[in-house]
Amino acid sequence: MADKTTPLHDEHVALGASMTPFGGWLMPLRYTSDLAEHRAVREAAGLFDLSHMGNINVTGPDAAAFLDYALVGYISKVREMGARYSMICAQDGSVLDDLIVYHNAPGEYSVIANAANAGLVMSELLQRAAGFDVVLRDVQPDQALIAVQGPRAVEIMLATKGLAEDAEISGGTAFADLKYYACMGMRFEGEPVLVGRTGYTGEDGFEIWVPAGQAVALWRALLEAGEPLGLVPAGLSARDSLRLEAGMPLYGHELDTTTTPFEAGMGRVVRLDKVSDDGTPLPFVGRDALAARKESAPARVLVGLRGEGRRPARADYAVVQRGVGSEPGAVVGHVTSGAPSPTLGYPIAMAYVTPEVSAEGTELAVDVRGRAEPFVVVPMPFYRRPQN
Amino acid sequence: MADFPENLKYTTEHEWLDGSTPAVIGVTDVAAEALGDVVYLELPEVGATIEAGAVVGEIESTKSVSELYSPVSGTVTEVNTEAVANPEIVNQDPFGKGWLFKVEVSGTGELLTAAEYAEHTGH
Repeated sequence: MADKTTPLHDEHVALGASMTPFGGWLMPLRYTSDLAEHRAVREAAGLFDLSHMGNINVTGPDAAAFLDYALVGYISKVREMGARYSMICAQDGSVLDDLIVYHNAPGEYSVIANAANAGLVMSELLQRAAGFDVVLRDVQPDQALIAVQGPRAVEIMLATKGLAEDAEISGGTAFADLKYYACMGMRFEGEPVLVGRTGYTGEDGFEIWVPAGQAVALWRALLEAGEPLGLVPAGLSARDSLRLEAGMPLYGHELDTTTTPFEAGMGRVVRLDKVSDDGTPLPFVGRDALAARKESAPARVLVGLRGEGRRPARADYAVVQRGVGSEPGAVVGHVTSGAPSPTLGYPIAMAYVTPEVSAEGTELAVDVRGRAEPFVVVPMPFYRRPQN
Repeated sequence: MADFPENLKYTTEHEWLDGSTPAVIGVTDVAAEALGDVVYLELPEVGATIEAGAVVGEIESTKSVSELYSPVSGTVTEVNTEAVANPEIVNQDPFGKGWLFKVEVSGTGELLTAAEYAEHTGH
């Protein structure tokens, strides 16, 4: 099956991007240099095409109650124009996808899924909707999603021609007051767009859902406004190293159907405290398995690793005990993501390890193609942006 | 990018070597661009005897690891320690400061001219 292309495909090609298949889509891997794009996001800003992300619109009188049942989060508690990181789990508690849910209008929600899982999430939601008065719509094909991420993102948004506030559709927020993990309506060239102050880079930034027909114009307007401020288009490669530095999981690496949110250190997203108006616990898919899982000792734990040498660890490499010399010792886990950290200047990795070797400061090694490279367990995130 | 230096020989694995003695070996700009930013180099040891077509090291970029093949047989006489310390020069100047190692050549594998290499890479 041919990979799908986003409304911004021709822009990427014109900018000289290397394109790569990703989750059924042909997406920009990099435009110039992974490192330059990564650094631009940390120091100024980067522009990302995220139009491949799944986008499922949920409306109807039972929308909030339905999402409380279908997802592990307490979605009915998300205030209007708020956003929440959540997960959809199977009955056995395993993670089917991680999601962001935007309460983007009164009684209306947008569920943003990973591209590779979007079809599965839609079919799961449809099954789970039985008995709820809700309407589910796949609105991904109608819209593009463009992200501006980096310390200069606010300035760039303010300088973008055609992007304007409109109190009629804002949802009660002024752009200047838009909080992290909240969203608002704005207009671009008269068309309504949804702006979320969210992202996947560890920086301040915005994600903008724009009608597909306006995508190219918005992309160009953001670039034009942003280039004098250091904005560069950035590809999936930079996105991956940015999220890794920020300690954010990537589905298919840290999360998959063999993992519950607890192993991944994400137990906080599982809201066993969900209750109905009369105080009785609300059922949700995966509840029993997750409640049991919370009480039992984990077989493995997700940790951060910092390399003491220069060779990076990569996904699927074995985490081992330090042996004699460069000889790898006993296997105690496996790497889920790893890269040289452009910001920190040393290799970083996330790995699942046995609990006995998960304490901060534990000296381990990674079997890098037959040679034990020294790594040490460190807290995550590896990188935290400077607070103003 | 279509202009590969005429004075060099090339391999289908995107290495180049010059005609000097000992021969200087590196990777082409095609390889450097395909790899992305190079972050780590593992080169053969000085004094090592290497075989044409055999794996003699690794080039690791931000996203991937590639094996380094030798275009010639012979004895390694020098490695570019500056490139080991600052691997980004492989991206910046693959035909110049980003050279990788030097070999006292005893035999060669299949080598391409600049024109043949251009045809091979589609440039």
